Amino acid sequence: MSETWKHIRYVLTENPVTLFAFGLFGLLLICALFGPWLAPHDPLFTDAARALKPPSAQHWFGTDALGRDIFSRVLVATRLDLGIAFSAVILTFGIGAIAGIAAGYFGGWTDRVVGRIADTIMAFPLFVLAMGIVAALGNTVGNIVIATAIINMPLYARVARAEANIRRNAGFVEAARLSGNSEGRILFMHILPNILPILMVQCSLTMGYAILNAAGLSFIGLGIAPPTPEWGILVAEGAQYIISGEWWVALFPGLALMLAVFCFNLLGDGLRDMVDPRRRT
Amino acid sequence: MTDQTPPKETPLLDVTALYKLFAVGKPAARFKRPVKEWLQAAGPSPKLHAVDNVNFTIARGETMGLVGESGCGKSTLVRLLTRLLDPTDGSIRLNGEEIGQMPAKGFGSSPYRPRVQMVFQDATDSLNPRYTAFDAIADPINRLKPMPSADLAKRVAELADLCGLPQALLSRFPHQLSGGQKARVGIARAIAVDPELLILDEPTAALDVSVQVVILQLLDDLKQRLGMSYLFVSHDLNVVRLLCDRVMVMYLGKIVEIGPADSVFRNPRHPYTQALLSAIPHFEPGAASARIRLGGEPRSPIDPSPNVCRFMGRCPKSIAQCETAMPHLRPMAPGHEASCHLAEPDADLVKVIA
Repeated sequence: MSETWKHIRYVLTENPVTLFAFGLFGLLLICALFGPWLAPHDPLFTDAARALKPPSAQHWFGTDALGRDIFSRVLVATRLDLGIAFSAVILTFGIGAIAGIAAGYFGGWTDRVVGRIADTIMAFPLFVLAMGIVAALGNTVGNIVIATAIINMPLYARVARAEANIRRNAGFVEAARLSGNSEGRILFMHILPNILPILMVQCSLTMGYAILNAAGLSFIGLGIAPPTPEWGILVAEGAQYIISGEWWVALFPGLALMLAVFCFNLLGDGLRDMVDPRRRT
Repeated sequence: MTDQTPPKETPLLDVTALYKLFAVGKPAARFKRPVKEWLQAAGPSPKLHAVDNVNFTIARGETMGLVGESGCGKSTLVRLLTRLLDPTDGSIRLNGEEIGQMPAKGFGSSPYRPRVQMVFQDATDSLNPRYTAFDAIADPINRLKPMPSADLAKRVAELADLCGLPQALLSRFPHQLSGGQKARVGIARAIAVDPELLILDEPTAALDVSVQVVILQLLDDLKQRLGMSYLFVSHDLNVVRLLCDRVMVMYLGKIVEIGPADSVFRNPRHPYTQALLSAIPHFEPGAASARIRLGGEPRSPIDPSPNVCRFMGRCPKSIAQCETAMPHLRPMAPGHEASCHLAEPDADLVKVIA
């Protein structure tokens, strides 16, 4: 196992961008895990006397129209936003990747059914589809996760299908058959490990997309209900004050959102290097 | 060379009347035709005869060579014998027990699976990039002959020694191994479950010439030690002559000549074998280059006429009879058969038959 750690350290030191992305990821994780304890103020405490104050030593990101501390709200919102994105990505990964690998490996009917479902989902503008799903199922965190998972499913299914299809006739698959592996074992023990690095990149990219999607739903009022702190809602609340000059209300939650998406997009390459043994030297 | 007395006991592998036909013609193309025509054409779709009435046996401890050009059905035959593919018709008997009728899908869990194993042509492609050498060799043992992990480690180390693979390399991934080392891993994996029949599909084709010799010596050595039978598929006729007890020559799905390697190489009877052997490069200065060059195109393997010799059109010797009757394998010398109308059996053999 020490070899694995050595390799991870090697990947991190070799590429400063990856190191930066992982540092940012660590920061986001700390915020998500310990946000409520780290926040200097109660994110829900209102004080009309301090409404719409610009950033200061006491309120780093300023205060909103109800006098709530924006820094605390942005910090506390991390857990909810990352939580939604993580659950959605795990759900999509589970369903999309397995369906895609099966479609690529078995071909025939499996391929056609999975392919048509993916095509159907992709035929809709994805954000509108997510809006429809949440509107139909109801405004809960669980439904936002489901909607985000569904619209990301075709991306995984297609990548996994293409990669499994290339490998279905590879020599090592035939060798695995000669070694007495069942078809299911070949799929999960021989083909899946080879596709994992590519899916890892996909995971990281869709993480960013899932965060944007959850925030977007909340922004238009279809997601998390106020006053719960959530980046999308925070940006929505701040949007109306930009014209009147209170820029900080929308800017800081937007910046948090941007940094999170940026971080996950950068993370992809590093993750691939870590799980791909061919990168080991 | 060993004596030519035919083996009395049941041969290890006995293949009789083996066929593999593939349906060709795209169904999509059929839909484009008018419905009426489509209904009329709904009969049997054209068939590609990949393996067409193949019969042969391999005795215990024997090395059989299989040669033939690309597309002649060698690979299909190998996939039928390893039971990765279901034959259309015919029987494959291992030690007298029928294994050809078992569906390929369930063969992996049958008790016969460990008995037929294979070394692949391209060692790089045949090793899973995510499996270390140890995992690759241990995989068939875990699936087919499971044992406790302490015994497994010992067994894998023993196999590595047997194949000349340094034990220090067992923890490496395929991309960290050289071509020769990968070939050794492939061989170790194939012999891990003590097969009786080992199929070698051009095991040295992807290797450096210097490494080829070493791997061939290793294979010969393993055969002596473990008492396996080999089916050696190769393009390298010199290697076949050196390693094989018997040779069969395949052309468009049919075996056109089969016999003791010495006899076939010394006196080839089929014009195709003659052309093949004349293509072996010779380096002796002044040696007459009597290379037979084949003109024309090979006949189509799709629904071939049963009354025309498959070699017709490329054969430099063809006569009128070749277009009206399919030649069958006839005895030419002891244990040596060829399928050509023009081939002359040895004089003493004629006396024996008469």
